[in-house]
Amino acid sequence: MSNVAIRAEGLSKLYPIGQREPYYTLRDGLAHLFAAPLRWLSNGRQVSTAASLSPSRSASQAANGELQSEFVWALKDVSFEIRHGEVVGIIGRNGAGKSTLLKILSQITEPTEGEARVHGRVGSLLEVGTGFHPELTGRENIYLNGAILGMMKKEIDRKFDEIVAFAEVEKFLDTPAKHYSSGMYMRLAFAVAAHLEPEILLVDEVLAVGDAAFQKKCLGKMGEVAKGGRTVLFVSHSMAAINRLCRRALWLDTGKIQSIGNTESVVSAYLSACVGEGDERVWENPGQAPGNEKIRLRAVRIRTEMGHAANTLATEAAFFIDVVYDILDDLPPLRIVIKVTTLDGTTVFLTRDNYQNRWGTDVRRPGRYTSRCHIPGELLNAGSYTLTVSAEVPFVTFLFLEEDVLRLVVERTGGMGGEYAESWPGIICPPLRWDVMSVHERFGSTDSVLVYPKARQGGRT
Amino acid sequence: MGSLQETIAAEPIIIRPSSGWVALNLRALWNYRELLYFLAWRDVKVRYKQTALGIAWAIIQPLFLMMAFSVFFGRLAKVPSDGLPYPVFTLSAILPWQLFAYALGQSSNSLVANDRLISKVYFPRLIIPLSAVLSGVLDFLIGFALLLLLMFFYGVSPGSALWSAPLFLLLTVMTALAVGLWLSALNIKYRDVRYTIPFIIQFWFFVTPVAYPTSLVPDSWRWLYALNPMVGVVDGFRWALLGQTQGPGLGIVMSIAVMTVALAGGLYYFRRMEKTFADVV
Repeated sequence: MSNVAIRAEGLSKLYPIGQREPYYTLRDGLAHLFAAPLRWLSNGRQVSTAASLSPSRSASQAANGELQSEFVWALKDVSFEIRHGEVVGIIGRNGAGKSTLLKILSQITEPTEGEARVHGRVGSLLEVGTGFHPELTGRENIYLNGAILGMMKKEIDRKFDEIVAFAEVEKFLDTPAKHYSSGMYMRLAFAVAAHLEPEILLVDEVLAVGDAAFQKKCLGKMGEVAKGGRTVLFVSHSMAAINRLCRRALWLDTGKIQSIGNTESVVSAYLSACVGEGDERVWENPGQAPGNEKIRLRAVRIRTEMGHAANTLATEAAFFIDVVYDILDDLPPLRIVIKVTTLDGTTVFLTRDNYQNRWGTDVRRPGRYTSRCHIPGELLNAGSYTLTVSAEVPFVTFLFLEEDVLRLVVERTGGMGGEYAESWPGIICPPLRWDVMSVHERFGSTDSVLVYPKARQGGRT
Repeated sequence: MGSLQETIAAEPIIIRPSSGWVALNLRALWNYRELLYFLAWRDVKVRYKQTALGIAWAIIQPLFLMMAFSVFFGRLAKVPSDGLPYPVFTLSAILPWQLFAYALGQSSNSLVANDRLISKVYFPRLIIPLSAVLSGVLDFLIGFALLLLLMFFYGVSPGSALWSAPLFLLLTVMTALAVGLWLSALNIKYRDVRYTIPFIIQFWFFVTPVAYPTSLVPDSWRWLYALNPMVGVVDGFRWALLGQTQGPGLGIVMSIAVMTVALAGGLYYFRRMEKTFADVV
């Protein structure tokens, strides 16, 4: 056996997007079927009704424009080679094709084009607890889940005690899983998966669940697996985890490999480049702007309180984010939502522009709009953030959803930890009110004397 | 280490778009035989969880159906029963019929019900409808004990063809699988199927000799009637157990032929659609 564990050549995967219904009803199918002869006549080319995801159909549908579905390459021409024993991190934004790549390598879905050769037994962990049944006991679920992940009964028997010890569920082994706390549930599910012993392990972002102690434990186990000489492909949004576990990293961007190589350089390239630089994003050409024929996003801007363009802001500075959009047709009441995320994917907050309005009263007639969100100073801690902007009809549909539109850098200038430039952890650093009182208990008095601060109004330099 | 490891490690897995005819890949199916067992076991375990009567349902269902049929068809409508006591006559058909109906319903919904598995884990997808079909067999066996009791009560003794009963059981399961493969694969894409299944089962019940004997069907229509593979199966099972009805003639050959064609077609369609399951489900 050669030293190569995985060799991928030109892997590509085409997916439909923007389809109104997630699955077809027979009615759609029949309509398609009856339309087929016509299409066949007009195109003079055969249309496959069965291979629903084939490019030929996408072409024929685009020609007919009937389902209004668009197709997108979730992966395009991805080639790489991974040797036995390597631990490789896969990074990229949401929708970059990371999960699709793992799904193809674990044979869950077929590539549309290209080929991959995998040498060795593959175990994939795309989700923790797949196949767990709430009615079954912990013991039963260990066997069921193990079998689903590809373990033989003998193997599970052998590792059973280890799994139980790792999950810390000894006392609840014969209790149905539905009575488990979510923490116990996750621990047990991860424990089974962690004891899978494939030569090649594919792990999707599964560590994002559970509490901090659990995550730490999982990371520790992952590190053990990595050191044990096994080949691991590991998708994560946590750059810290990637840095710690992987020597090589693969950066995917909109389905293509952006860079592959030593973890540190790939991660830093990713961090500095993955987000829109600058203080504004403007879509000059309405046809290419996010949205549809009823609404188009035109610009997103970050401005200081004084109206100056800036994407680097002081911790103390208040600023606002402008979302400019055109409404081209009557729409049901909609809202603009801004999501602020840290670079490792943690959501800091979401905020919406119809917060003060009563439900459904906010009808926006066609025209150009700016939704301005005021963000106070001393809210975000120093660090880098990305903005996601969406327009949505609540509970119904997203009109557009643009991730990582802009990057926002907050630099420490004052506030908490400001005076001494000390490191001040945390995602936010709100200026909370503190009262420090010197209490004169000695005199049996209930009065207390405020020693600091004397006044909150003065502001700081 | 398990055999799974040894067999797969020997040569590289080649992942590429498939086209045209797809082989059945029985070896992969064999490698995952334990999963088949565990999934069927799960369905059996979960089936009567949190019911007050538990496994007693496996007796209650055929028992009450038998009593209703005996009163309304046997007593009131005076439906003939080929010289057998009507309750024995009908129960011997209710059992394979219920196995068939349950297996068909379960397998048709099986892929949609296990959508998480399909989109997150790899294994031969055939395992899912296969395990769904098998999970009904336990109920059948329990019901079978009831039938034996009833036969003893009415003094009906099995004929010399008793040995063939398991074959008819197998045929029942295969027929359900054949239809289940079609419907489960269709169900993934067209959720209409879900609403069609109860209707199909109900309709199928009336064209199967459960409450009435095949001898009631005019000779000139028998050939059309026999196109329903469950006719041969139910008649055959009845004959194997009770011995007094007419043996399976050309009808069973017809049943097997229809079943085989449906099964082959089902396997082909299922394998063909399999690659899109994870994307569409």
